[in-house]
Amino acid sequence: MSTSETTTEDHENHEDHEHPSDQKYMQIALLLAIITAAEVATYFVDIGVVLIPTLMVMMVVKFFIVAAWFMHLRFDSNMFTRFFVSGIVLAISVYFIFLTVFEFWTEG
Amino acid sequence: MSEETTTGLSHNKLAMWVFLGSECLLFGALISTYLLYRNKFYDGPAPGDIFDIPFTSVSSFVLLMSSLTMVLALSAIQRGDIRNNRLWLLTTALLGAVFIGGQVYEFTTFIREGLGYTTSPFSSAFFTLTGFHGIHVSLGIVMLMSLLISSYRGKLTKKNTETVEIIGLYWHFVDVVWIIIFTVIYLVPNPTS
Repeated sequence: MSTSETTTEDHENHEDHEHPSDQKYMQIALLLAIITAAEVATYFVDIGVVLIPTLMVMMVVKFFIVAAWFMHLRFDSNMFTRFFVSGIVLAISVYFIFLTVFEFWTEG
Repeated sequence: MSEETTTGLSHNKLAMWVFLGSECLLFGALISTYLLYRNKFYDGPAPGDIFDIPFTSVSSFVLLMSSLTMVLALSAIQRGDIRNNRLWLLTTALLGAVFIGGQVYEFTTFIREGLGYTTSPFSSAFFTLTGFHGIHVSLGIVMLMSLLISSYRGKLTKKNTETVEIIGLYWHFVDVVWIIIFTVIYLVPNPTS
C-alpha cells in the first residue's frame, strides 16, 4: 500500500467511534415523529397563508435529520455528502426550470 | 474485508451514494410531472376528493419508524450483536411490508372509486410516482430478507457491517423520498372537483 492509500477498514474503525448510541437514534426518531404529527395537524387545523411554507420547512427539516443522522452524513466523509447534494441540487435546478417552462408557478 | 483505495473510502459505499444522487433526478422528474398534472383530473375523481390523509399519515409514520429500526440493525451488527441485528432487520422488513400493504389498499380503493391508471393525467402521474416508490420499497424488503437469510446461514457477521450499512442507505433514501411525497402530494392542499 502506498503512503497515500488507506484501507476502508481504517476508515470504518474511525467511524465506529463517532456513531451515535441507540438511545440517541430513538431521540431522533421521537423528534421526527413529533414533526410528522405537526405536519398532519395542519390538515385538521387551518393556519392560513403560512400553511405551505410551514409544510415545506418541516419537510426539509425531516429530510436533513434522516440524511444527517440515520444516513450518517454528519459523521461520514464529506465526499459522500458532495455526491448526494450534487444529485439534489441538479434535480432541483433541472425541475425548477422544467416547471417554469411549463408555467407551473403562474398557472398552477 | 478491507480494500485499498486512494481516498480511504469504500468504493461500494461511494457507488451507493452516487446511485442515490442519480435517484434524486428520477424522483424529481416524477414529482414535477405530478405537480404539472395534479389539476388535470377532468371528469375523474380529484385528488382533494379521494386522498385519505389520516390513513396515509399512519403509513408515513410506519415507514419513518422503519428508518429507526434499520439504523438499530446497523448499530447491532457494529457491536457484533447478531441476535438484535436479525430482530431489527426483520422488524424493518415487516414495517416496509405494512407500508406496501397500505399502498395496495389505497390503490384498490382508488380504483374502486373510479380512479384508474388511465382515468386522467392526474391519475397516471399519481400512480406512476407512488408506484415507483412502492417498487423501491419492495426491492428494499427483498434486500433486507436477503440479509436476514445470509445471517441465518452464518454469512452475516461483524465483518459485513458495510453491507448492512449500504442497504440501510438505500432504505433511508426511500424514506426521505416518501417524506417529500407525503408533504408535496398529500398534505399541500389539493384541488377538489
